[in-house]
Amino acid sequence: MSSTNTPSSSAAAAAGSVDSSAARRNSKRPKYSKFTQQELPACKPILTPGWVISTFLIISVIFIPLGVISLFASQDVVEIVDRYDSACVPPPDQANKVAYIQGAANKSCTRTLIVPKRMKQPIYVYYQLENFYQNHRRYVKSRSDSQLRSVKDENQIDACKPEDDVGGLPIVPCGLIAWSLFNDTYALSRNNQRLAVNKKGIAWKSDREHKFGKRVFPKNFQKGNLTGGAILDPNISLSDQEDLIVWMRTAALPTFRKLYGKIESDLEKGDNIQVTLQNNYNTYSFSGKKKLVLSTTSWLGGKNDFLGIAYLTVGGICFFLALAFTVMYLVKPRRLGDPTYLSWNRIPGGR
Amino acid sequence: MAGERRKGMKFSKLYSFKCFKPFSREDHSQIGSRGYSRVVFCNDPDNPEALQLNYRGNYVSTTKYTAANFIPKSLFEQFRRVANIYFLVVAFVSFSPLAPYTAPSVLAPLLIVIGATMVKEGVEDLRRRKQDVEANNRKVEVLGKTGTYVETKWKNLRVGDLVKVHKDEYFPADLLLLSSSYEDGICYVETMNLDGETNLKLKHALEITSDEESIKNFRAVIKCEDPNEHLYSFVGTLYFEGKQYPLSPQQILLRDSKLKNTDYVHGVVVFTGHDTKVMQNATDPPSKRSKIEKKMDQIIYILFSILIVIAFTGSVFFGIVTRRDMSDDGKLRRWYLRPDQTTVFYDPRRAVAAAFFHFLTALMLYGYLIPISLYVSIEVVKVLQSIFINQDQEMYHEETDRPARARTSNLNEELGQVDTILSDKTGTLTCNSMEFVKCSIAGTAYGRGMTEVEMALRKKKGMVPQEEVGDDSLSIKEQKSVKGFNFWDERIVDGQWINQPNAELIQKFFRVLAICHTAIPDVNNDTGEITYEAESPDEAAFVIASRELGFEFFSRSQTSISLHEIDHMTVYELLHVLEFSSSRKRMSVIVRNPENRLLLLSKGADSVMFERLAKHGRQNERETKEHIKKYAEAGLRTLVITYREIDEDEYRVWEEEFLNAKTLVTEDRDTLIDAAADKIEKDLILLGSTAVEDKLQKGVPDCIEKLSQAGVKIWVLTGDKTETAINIGYACSLLREGMKKILITLDSSDIEALEKQGDKEAVAKLREGMTQTAAVTDDSVKENPEMFGLVIDGKSLTFALDSKLEKEFLELAIRCNSVICCRSSPKQKALVTRLVKNGTGRTTLAIGDGANDVGMLQEADIGVGISGAEGMQAVMASDFAIAQFRFLERLLLVHGHWCYRRIALMICYFFYKNLTFGFTLFWYEAYASFSGKPAYNDWYMSCYNVFFTSLPVIALGVFDQDVSARLCLKYPLLYQEGVQNVLFSWERILGWMLNGIISSMIIFFLTINTMAAQAFRKDGQVVDYSVLGVTMYSSVVWMVNCQMAISINYFTWIQHCFIWGSIGVWYLFLVVYGSLPPTFSTTAFQVFVETSAPSPICWLILFLVVFSALLPYFAYRAFQIKFRPMYHDIIVEQRRTERIETAPSAVLGELPVQVEFTLHHLRANLSRRDSWN
Repeated sequence: MSSTNTPSSSAAAAAGSVDSSAARRNSKRPKYSKFTQQELPACKPILTPGWVISTFLIISVIFIPLGVISLFASQDVVEIVDRYDSACVPPPDQANKVAYIQGAANKSCTRTLIVPKRMKQPIYVYYQLENFYQNHRRYVKSRSDSQLRSVKDENQIDACKPEDDVGGLPIVPCGLIAWSLFNDTYALSRNNQRLAVNKKGIAWKSDREHKFGKRVFPKNFQKGNLTGGAILDPNISLSDQEDLIVWMRTAALPTFRKLYGKIESDLEKGDNIQVTLQNNYNTYSFSGKKKLVLSTTSWLGGKNDFLGIAYLTVGGICFFLALAFTVMYLVKPRRLGDPTYLSWNRIPGGR
Repeated sequence: MAGERRKGMKFSKLYSFKCFKPFSREDHSQIGSRGYSRVVFCNDPDNPEALQLNYRGNYVSTTKYTAANFIPKSLFEQFRRVANIYFLVVAFVSFSPLAPYTAPSVLAPLLIVIGATMVKEGVEDLRRRKQDVEANNRKVEVLGKTGTYVETKWKNLRVGDLVKVHKDEYFPADLLLLSSSYEDGICYVETMNLDGETNLKLKHALEITSDEESIKNFRAVIKCEDPNEHLYSFVGTLYFEGKQYPLSPQQILLRDSKLKNTDYVHGVVVFTGHDTKVMQNATDPPSKRSKIEKKMDQIIYILFSILIVIAFTGSVFFGIVTRRDMSDDGKLRRWYLRPDQTTVFYDPRRAVAAAFFHFLTALMLYGYLIPISLYVSIEVVKVLQSIFINQDQEMYHEETDRPARARTSNLNEELGQVDTILSDKTGTLTCNSMEFVKCSIAGTAYGRGMTEVEMALRKKKGMVPQEEVGDDSLSIKEQKSVKGFNFWDERIVDGQWINQPNAELIQKFFRVLAICHTAIPDVNNDTGEITYEAESPDEAAFVIASRELGFEFFSRSQTSISLHEIDHMTVYELLHVLEFSSSRKRMSVIVRNPENRLLLLSKGADSVMFERLAKHGRQNERETKEHIKKYAEAGLRTLVITYREIDEDEYRVWEEEFLNAKTLVTEDRDTLIDAAADKIEKDLILLGSTAVEDKLQKGVPDCIEKLSQAGVKIWVLTGDKTETAINIGYACSLLREGMKKILITLDSSDIEALEKQGDKEAVAKLREGMTQTAAVTDDSVKENPEMFGLVIDGKSLTFALDSKLEKEFLELAIRCNSVICCRSSPKQKALVTRLVKNGTGRTTLAIGDGANDVGMLQEADIGVGISGAEGMQAVMASDFAIAQFRFLERLLLVHGHWCYRRIALMICYFFYKNLTFGFTLFWYEAYASFSGKPAYNDWYMSCYNVFFTSLPVIALGVFDQDVSARLCLKYPLLYQEGVQNVLFSWERILGWMLNGIISSMIIFFLTINTMAAQAFRKDGQVVDYSVLGVTMYSSVVWMVNCQMAISINYFTWIQHCFIWGSIGVWYLFLVVYGSLPPTFSTTAFQVFVETSAPSPICWLILFLVVFSALLPYFAYRAFQIKFRPMYHDIIVEQRRTERIETAPSAVLGELPVQVEFTLHHLRANLSRRDSWN
């Protein structure tokens, strides 16, 4: 211990040497500072039993109420999900749904939904696709952002192959994403009264204003030898084609919903909603499901109990851990700083 | 011998393992053959023959790069690392459609990382270049054609130029000294830049050239050796006016040494520029890599394997899915991907090829598993760490004005893992400032003083050195003022020796001390005081002693030595100096005394001197030997003093032979000179012996005590005699009472006899027997708390290092706590070091101060040089330089421990953070049919390593401390964490990796399940690719930075700043990047401001994910601290309890436990190590 100075004494030594070494200007003595001597004031947390237990307790005390709140929010949401892909294929064609959907037969289909609980407006109408890989690398890359934005870039179609041009003329909007635009349509009515579905404002504002140009109009769209999905009105600019904008904002996971529209009136419990839909979109070849979803939202969004359950679980685990550690410390206390507990020195009866 | 050993080292060549011995012939007329082909036309560089030789100019460049090759060469250096090549290939491939992300986003971090390293290299090289330019443009006077001196730049010098160098100037090239301002053509040089020695060296010109007047028309030819790196040898012949004159190093002035005490010299340029000896010597220190770094490479390979495995898994799935996209009859499955019109990368008809290309894509995509910035971060951290080492005030030595210096930053963490220290003794454990304390003249011992070793030993034995206290203090009072002289004996001092019965012998004895040396007197003109510039402190001590006792040496010329003897002046004609060398172990001078008698005065090691005594010169041999033994036991260095009268005839015959040998210009000239010297150094008459004390350095025993408490083994490798070494061992608590001493020595006469018969086999067998006995003894008492000290002498060591025995020797030695090897040669030191290093596979540290330690320093894992009074050669060869041995304690226990800990944790954390990130990408792939679409925007990913996670990890590597410096020193056992490598064990590394994978799973699955298909905002919008990416990425950034926050032990404002700052930078980046036009920002466009930030669920997910993902680590840590605490945990807790209790008894109560624990632990360790062997 004799050879180690405490910070203060070395500081004093440093000060002393300043006086004495006036003659030795060029002394190589390192300058004293808390930084260079690695003596900065620091907080050095230690995991004492108290800290461990209270950390676990605090986490559980925060997490469990959060879980409860989240669960309540999710429970508040009223959601109607109707899977129609299989039901909308007439019985004779059930054996070969792909042929049916690719055929020329009438694809309209009527579904009836019953409102289980009062739904307050706005009620969001979604279509949900499953097993559809909008996040496939080939698919995601197959678009041209500059072409969507401005007319003069309409020839920038390098990334769009094979939906890049028709007979040398560029397709606007090009690429697989636009080409495979979802084209089922829904007409809703309540008690035989048409229920208005507002299709304005379903896309992100930034997309409408910055990503899709006001002066860009669809050109040569779906004119290739193979028609993918919906056909766009060449007289409406892209920034107003909200269905396209929504579709072009690719989903992250193979199961996804996309906004179809908003119902801006309340639905009462027991209301019968009739949906007349055009079942055009082919998900049958890859066994994808199609669902129509009507949902209200809470402050947390749509209906999903997972968050609440996760919070409760983690909170519960922490509570359990807090208990377990308390018991452990009580049953088998270890004196703080007791060296016999060293991990590499477990001699029986060490002391 | 001991006294002269140091000097010999300086005169011998720089130690090196290389055996550079080209064939040579004895006849100097063969000059011009291979190795000796250089021809210099003095003062005639424009001679057509000279021009034809085309020797290099005097321009020097020490830079690593030139302007032309900087880019390619430094790039090449960079890409020698596997990981960097990988990233380079990735960068190239990223321009192809294979790439999962855009090329610029891959190139940017690579360029930043490579650029940072190149800038560092460039700045270092520029600094070197600046020095070169400065040196190349220095001015020197050259004899021009007109016969006058003109100034020219160093770089314009040519071989054969005649230059004039003034006082205190550096020599611009290797020069042949022709004449000086002194009449006899001598000059003094200081060679500090070459070997760090500050004393002056005498050089003298050949007599025929020393006439200053003729210099302008001087024409001659020098034929000499080719450029080589041997500083202390030169072989050449001067052809002047039809005669040949031999040249020796005495006439050579080396570049970068300085002219002192001489107004000017004239010289001929012999070697220029890179041919000069100093430049030939400039080799890079051997590059050493730390064990941690080697292990890190293995981890990188593991990561590469993981990378290949997951990429392969993904490719198989991708192949299957792609294959199914189109049935054999042409039906499309996932029609929206247009599998009918596709490229090879997605073609269902060529699914195998698609899978193969996907494999390449995946290798790039999961490249984030390999930390691109790891190497550069580690380099930065290590440089900063070494700045801290250099800046440590506790390792600054006031007297010599030297701070500690980390000469390489590669080995900082290795300092924390040292298992064995191999130490030199003289100058390392001791001060190497000699004091003349005792002497034995004509069989009578003089000198009343007590040595430190004696006092320490007495103290240990519990005896109070009482009887001499009175005398001692008195003598000290009187003699204190003279440095290097601590002799007091009323029979000798103040001229009392005249009254002694053998006064004549005493007179001769001190005369030898006053004449037989190579010291240079420096008379202060004002006070008349004389100081001496000696080549070794021993010699200075002798000259001072003889001065104090009335034989004052005051002047030396090339041919004479002048003394004030009591009351009159005597001048001895100096005929020859037979210099010291480590093989000769003696030095002699031949002088003609004023009575015109020829005298040979000689001093040397007892081992070589006694056998050279004449029959009639052995009168007091027995007593002297006894005294020498006693002195050695007292830790003193002894030399035997002899003389002899030579008759003129014998001298003439001998001189001819000797001069012949001297004029030879071959490699074995030295041997021939030695042989010649041998012939005259015989039939000596014994006068007595001297004993000088080399004081222990301050704090050495404490330091050694601490280090051995830390479980570090200390070996002392010394050239001293066994007795001296043992006693020094006791004095510096290397050997302790109660330690069992195993002595292996071959000095006993019967073994010597055996050896003389050449029966080496028998000796070897004997040795084996001894080793085995010792091992058995060792085994039987292993369980007892006894410790062992092994002492082995040089001769035994020769056998022990034999390949047959080295295993047994090592086995015995590593069971001992201390090992002392006596009388070991520099080569043996290096061999022992190598044996320990390779035999145990553990980290060795060698510490030494002299040229004789260079081999050992370079051989060891870490070489530490003591920048003491001795030369700088050891320091130049070392990795760390400290001023005093005691600083080693702080260097290892504090800096070593910290650096080890920091680097270990830093690397683990690096892998953790990259696995966390890389595996979220992999999990996402499983939900994107392994198509190779990354979960995040390209630029998020490329900024991950460079901006969002790099600074905290550097702060960790530079600043983290588990316990303060004071506690590191208080609990030296903490050091074992590094020696046993607990912080970088495979369990720990894999644990961190596992933690990373678990974290990634928690992050990914919690996020995607919470952000499923439902709306995530009040306005009914659903999660898309960009939102999921941002949320998950935020979680990762928060997660790895919070993980950092809970794994470090030391929070200063810097840590806070970096950790929370990094998270802040991520959000800042998100806002700035998101506000760029969508062509640049693509999926990140306004995503934070418009989309995620207003959504409460995004924040709730973040909160949930970060806490859940930290939970496993936190619970594990809590559990570990409870049941399997690490040593530093306990110390931290102890500190805390101490502070709370504030009862001093509690602190004291801990200490016995600690000590007992130390013993337990060390023993447990020893047995474990044995079982490993």
